[in-house]
Amino acid sequence: MREKNLSLDKLPIGEKCVVKRILSDGRLRRRMMDLGIVYGTEIEAIQSSPSGDPVAYGIRGAVIAIRSEDAKKIIIRM
Amino acid sequence: MGLTNQSTGSAGVPKDIVIESKNDKEKVIAIAGNPNVGKSTVFNSLTGLKQHTGNWPGKTVENAQGEYEHRGVKFRLVDIPGTYSLMANSVEEEVARDFICFGNADAVIVVMDATCIERNLNLVLQILEVTRNVVVCVNLMDEAKRKGIQVDIDELSLQLGVPVVGTSARSGEGLNELMDEVYNISCHGKLTFYVKTDYGEEIESAIKNIQEHISPIIGDKIDTRFLSLRLLDIDEKLRESLSSYIGEDILKNEDALNKIKEELDNIEKSGINKEEIRDVIVLKIVQKAEKIYKQVVKVNNKEYNSRDRKIDKILTSKKTGIPIMILLLMGIFWLTITGANYPSELIASGLFWLQDRLTDMFNYFNAPSWLHGILVLGMYRTLAWVVSVMLPPMAIFFPLFTLLEDVGYLPRVAFNMDKMFKKAHAHGKQALTM
Ligand SMILES: Nc1nc2c(ncn2[C@@H]2O[C@H](COP(=O)(O)OP(=O)(O)O)[C@@H](O)[C@H]2O)c(=O)[nH]1
Repeated sequence: MREKNLSLDKLPIGEKCVVKRILSDGRLRRRMMDLGIVYGTEIEAIQSSPSGDPVAYGIRGAVIAIRSEDAKKIIIRM
Repeated sequence: MGLTNQSTGSAGVPKDIVIESKNDKEKVIAIAGNPNVGKSTVFNSLTGLKQHTGNWPGKTVENAQGEYEHRGVKFRLVDIPGTYSLMANSVEEEVARDFICFGNADAVIVVMDATCIERNLNLVLQILEVTRNVVVCVNLMDEAKRKGIQVDIDELSLQLGVPVVGTSARSGEGLNELMDEVYNISCHGKLTFYVKTDYGEEIESAIKNIQEHISPIIGDKIDTRFLSLRLLDIDEKLRESLSSYIGEDILKNEDALNKIKEELDNIEKSGINKEEIRDVIVLKIVQKAEKIYKQVVKVNNKEYNSRDRKIDKILTSKKTGIPIMILLLMGIFWLTITGANYPSELIASGLFWLQDRLTDMFNYFNAPSWLHGILVLGMYRTLAWVVSVMLPPMAIFFPLFTLLEDVGYLPRVAFNMDKMFKKAHAHGKQALTM
């Protein structure tokens, strides 16, 4: 069994993962949680923008673009 | 921190706005929803031209109100800023929360995006904690159908305990039924059952204990379950709003304060520290939303989504994203400039023909030539030029731009360009919804 803890920005396009922890605090943390990113949420990396940042993620049926600096603060399990 | 004059002034309890024009016969309806769910479209369809805009008291957030009549009753619709939650993470959320909590509306319409029910439920569940006079409007039903997303409206209504109406606001579908339900709730107070989010044993017991304590102080000014929950994780802004609305700072009440502290200690003993309480609250709401979503929505046609994604890939990939964007924008400018030539000439020749007639008229009346100079050669001619040069391009450019917005291309542009905007220090949103 291969289980690794990564941050969301490392998730390859087309792959899915599960959220373990949000490291950011304050408003960013709230914003992420309001978008449904909490412990156990499944996230799929759908599409990268031309420059590679931000990346569009599939989260609970919505497509949401998150910048890599913010994605770094979301710890996931693949 | 005490309440300074300034902070009282900016507490922005928006009931002033409403009372100003409210008479007993008029029903006040708040309309809330996530951003981009078609809330403005619903608002505009219901109120038509009977609108006025301004700012929320003390805030730089726009406030729009409008009126409509249904079954002989006058309704005043108050547009609440589009938000993802009521947790007051931004000025918009603060305004939204204050109006829904303290605005004394007769009912709240919550507009949802049928293609994104799960995320939208977050806000719905939060609003249902404040008031039960809610009508849920599941908008963009046409879009959901196109994407093979099936929303069970009756089941959703059952799950939430409030009336739910499916609409396609752009074509006006379902809006009559929406007005019927708003009428029923605000005029007859149709009773609905109480849907509760269960926050887990520790927080629930704290809520119950605080509730017992504050009920005698608060009366029925505000839902005490909601208030008790909020008191566990109160912020300064809510405190200001509370004291200016209820007229007494409950947090100055020694007794209540001690009770809250005691309950917070109890929660902490069970392993949830003070900072984590809000996380737990949000988590429970998200989980509840997920549960309801699974019972209400079926996605039949997964292929459609994959087609959408293929298009997205072309519009935003490294190779094709930027070239397509440049071509599209160039195309629009080309259309605007060349397309505008013909109507421009037409308008110009028409207006200058009229100028000659005006000159004839001035000559006929033997008007002094300086008057003719100012009025006809000066004012009229300038106006004619401006109109003939500016009007056609605008009449072409803006509809084209609106079209791009309607097909959802603009968020893709933002997605493609985000890095550039950021380098230019134009701090955008932290998360862009597409
Ligand atoms: N297909 C479809 N589009 C809609 C519907 N309602 C609104 N829209 C479009 O959705 C976009 C956002 O609508 P708007 O009213 O500005 O959303 P708001 O941000 O919630 O106020 C606009 O381009 C509308 O034309 C609908 O029922 N069906």
